[in-house]
Amino acid sequence: MKKLESTLGNMVIVLTLVSLVAAGLLAVMNEVTSEPIRLQAEQKEANGIKKVLVIGADEQVTVAPAETKKVGEQEFIIYKVSGADGKELGAAVKTSVQGFSPNLTVMVGFDSKGTIKGYEILSQAETPGLGANVPTWFQEGGKGNVIGMNPGKDKVSVKKDGGDVEAITASTITSRAFLKAINLEYNALFGNGNAHGTTGATSTHGSTGATQTR
Amino acid sequence: MSKLSIMMNGIIKENPIFVLLLGMCPTLGTTTSAINGLGMGLATTFVLLCSNTVISSLKRVIPDMVRIPSFIVIIATFVTVLQMLLQAYVPSLYESLGLFIPLIVVNCIVLGRAEAFAAKNSPLNSLFDGLGMGLGFTLALTLLGSVREILGSGKIFGLTLWSEEYGCLAFVLAPGAFLALGYLIAIINKMKTK
Repeated sequence: MKKLESTLGNMVIVLTLVSLVAAGLLAVMNEVTSEPIRLQAEQKEANGIKKVLVIGADEQVTVAPAETKKVGEQEFIIYKVSGADGKELGAAVKTSVQGFSPNLTVMVGFDSKGTIKGYEILSQAETPGLGANVPTWFQEGGKGNVIGMNPGKDKVSVKKDGGDVEAITASTITSRAFLKAINLEYNALFGNGNAHGTTGATSTHGSTGATQTR
Repeated sequence: MSKLSIMMNGIIKENPIFVLLLGMCPTLGTTTSAINGLGMGLATTFVLLCSNTVISSLKRVIPDMVRIPSFIVIIATFVTVLQMLLQAYVPSLYESLGLFIPLIVVNCIVLGRAEAFAAKNSPLNSLFDGLGMGLGFTLALTLLGSVREILGSGKIFGLTLWSEEYGCLAFVLAPGAFLALGYLIAIINKMKTK
């Protein structure tokens, strides 16, 4: 078969057909994969909530629908969790802050008194080998353990700023951002700015805290 | 040309990274660890295989003057399909490769092979060319990723060889990518001239 000539008609027809087939294929693929992708995201969210509140994977709990709360510019997503017997277990709060790179997304689990039960880094782009250690550094047994602290009573900020938490070696910016996220989340969950170091954050100037910690 | 020699051509003689020096951006960007390099390589191989075969089958019905836009549409379609599949079934790889998956669309190797090989050869030969080039790319990326992971964090495929404290962090970061790639190309050229 001879190659098709490059006449206007041929070109229009071929390009249209190629695009149509491509669009059709993509539509089918989208139909096939949208459900698994949605399930993945839900699963990840649900596992994250259980993990930060230290709840067993098979334990039955009720997660209230996500609540979005805005304080100034900062947006928080709050999931209140209660046990099978209806008793309140605590809440998981998710927010994003500017770390060394943008979008350090932190989810923290608080019990009903505000004690930190656990945390999880949902997304980050910190420096590998330094700030990227944030998912493990502040866990129980890590050097900068924050589990069991209460931002309402304890000074949840790095030692350099007069707090009680050991910062990640050579990554003060990441550490400050992470701890700022915890304090902001505590404030968002329990209302007023009684946590240390971030009093300005609950007013309309959501970024006041940001400029201090940068 | 036999099918095997077409394939070996892509893996060794015209290795896209070490010989043709094509597709440097994803090469430097994704090889922070051996597993990321391998994943990126296999993802690109999939796209190369599909795009080479389809473009070769359609080469007579695509008029010359619109071949580049047609090729790009075909390549972009396969990349998007791959992206959706990864997101649905291999989310961990999808997250670690991130932005680099959509960027396969503009990877010079894919369009380069479409122009240089698939547009002139039979679909079956093009399939083997895509496979060879893809595997060559995968090999190069895995090698580079391994070197950077070993030197940078003392691990290989996540297995610890020695303590991370002895690693040279620069190799995980961008400068190490350039250094490691440069030395790998030098070593391979030295071996080839012997």
